[in-house]
Amino acid sequence: MNKEKDVIICRCEDVTLEEIRELIKRGYTTVDEIKRITRAGMGPCQGRTCRDLIIREIARLTGKRVEEIPMPTFRPPIKPIKLGVLAESEDD
Amino acid sequence: MKRSAEVVIIGGGIQGCAVAYNLAKMGCRDVVVLEKNTIASGSTGRCAAGIRAQWGTEMNCRLGIASIEIFENLSEELGADIGLHQGGYLMIAYRESEFEQLKRNVALQNSLGIKSRVISADEAKELCPLLNTEGAVGFTYHHRDGHADPLLTTFAYAEAAKRLGVEIYSFTEAVGIDVNNGKVRGVRTNRGFISTGVVVNCAGPYAREVAAFAGVDIPIYPERHEILVTEPIERVSKPMLMSFSGNFYIQQRPHGSFIMGYGPEEHLKSHALNSTWEFLEGMARKFVRLLPRLSGLRVVRQWAGSYEMSPDAQPILGRVEEVEGFYISAGFSGHGFMFGPITGKLMAELILSGETSIPIDMLSYRRFQRGELIREPAVV
Repeated sequence: MNKEKDVIICRCEDVTLEEIRELIKRGYTTVDEIKRITRAGMGPCQGRTCRDLIIREIARLTGKRVEEIPMPTFRPPIKPIKLGVLAESEDD
Repeated sequence: MKRSAEVVIIGGGIQGCAVAYNLAKMGCRDVVVLEKNTIASGSTGRCAAGIRAQWGTEMNCRLGIASIEIFENLSEELGADIGLHQGGYLMIAYRESEFEQLKRNVALQNSLGIKSRVISADEAKELCPLLNTEGAVGFTYHHRDGHADPLLTTFAYAEAAKRLGVEIYSFTEAVGIDVNNGKVRGVRTNRGFISTGVVVNCAGPYAREVAAFAGVDIPIYPERHEILVTEPIERVSKPMLMSFSGNFYIQQRPHGSFIMGYGPEEHLKSHALNSTWEFLEGMARKFVRLLPRLSGLRVVRQWAGSYEMSPDAQPILGRVEEVEGFYISAGFSGHGFMFGPITGKLMAELILSGETSIPIDMLSYRRFQRGELIREPAVV
């Protein structure tokens, strides 16, 4: 069993530990770059699980501290919202 | 970091990476790309991904179709998937005058070999069965238009350029350009000086600041545009939907998610990139009116990016006459990603041979001084 290949880091977008480690080794050492290449963190949960795991992997492979790894921007909405619900709001 | 290079490119978006790749492909491999953040972190990575040849000026039609031809073979050329989807752009007119303009555009496009056409409401509904055509007076369609992944495309250019010897420095910000006796001598960065005789300004919304380093004033300014993406569903819309009077674009990516946006009501000249609740609601209303059956679709994320606007919404391309060795490829006004493959090639040709395979003289920054602005009728 290939362990890295079987460990899913981003469950929304099916990104494995193997893919993440491969990118870090190729020099992509920010969460943003890994997100842009693999879509990790772009799914419905917006990186709630994978973000911290990816930061930990980057820290581990680059020898940096977790605090030194830049955080990606947190973007709204906090939870997915139906377009139909948004369209019906009447606050203007 | 290199201390000297034949060419230094400022900006690691689609323009910078495509210019770098094309220079290296044509044999000029001593090239450095400076990016103050990471690749595709600015306007390119925030853009709407659209690619089209349905334009209203000859220049844009020529650039558009030439770029589509490159996009069609780009995954193969660069050795990485760029996420191309050619489902066409379906243009929707809600006013008679707008439809007349679209028809004139199609006549111009056809005269240049672009096989766009006017289509009926029935045909529009065949292309996008969930479309509510109420209020629409006419439609045009070009099957080779579509969209590609701006992130994957830019990374593919960057990786291919690196394989040819180009060096790309992230978190490396240009802070000055040294000019001596009217010639470029080098670029100062936060990590030291790089000596060079050629600098290409591909700084997008920061192109004005970068030009000022060399003492040149170009009228490019940033303008915030907002956009959102939904959860993925099975493919329900083949074409990208766009309307100038309706002020929207809506497209479904191969991944299944919908991306959509519209032009801002306030045209603020600022580097601000915040998101607003007003956009979220406004976009939702437009979307639900157009595709009512999809009102249950959820928004996953919204963000903003800068259009790098020029006064006539056309790019500034070419060499700067008063500073030898200084070139500009910026001011794309919301269309930089789709033009990137062709303008990257043209700029490399210009730098290496002084000539381009498509004439771009009319896109010189000097047009603003001469009052020769280009009016493109087909922009959102």
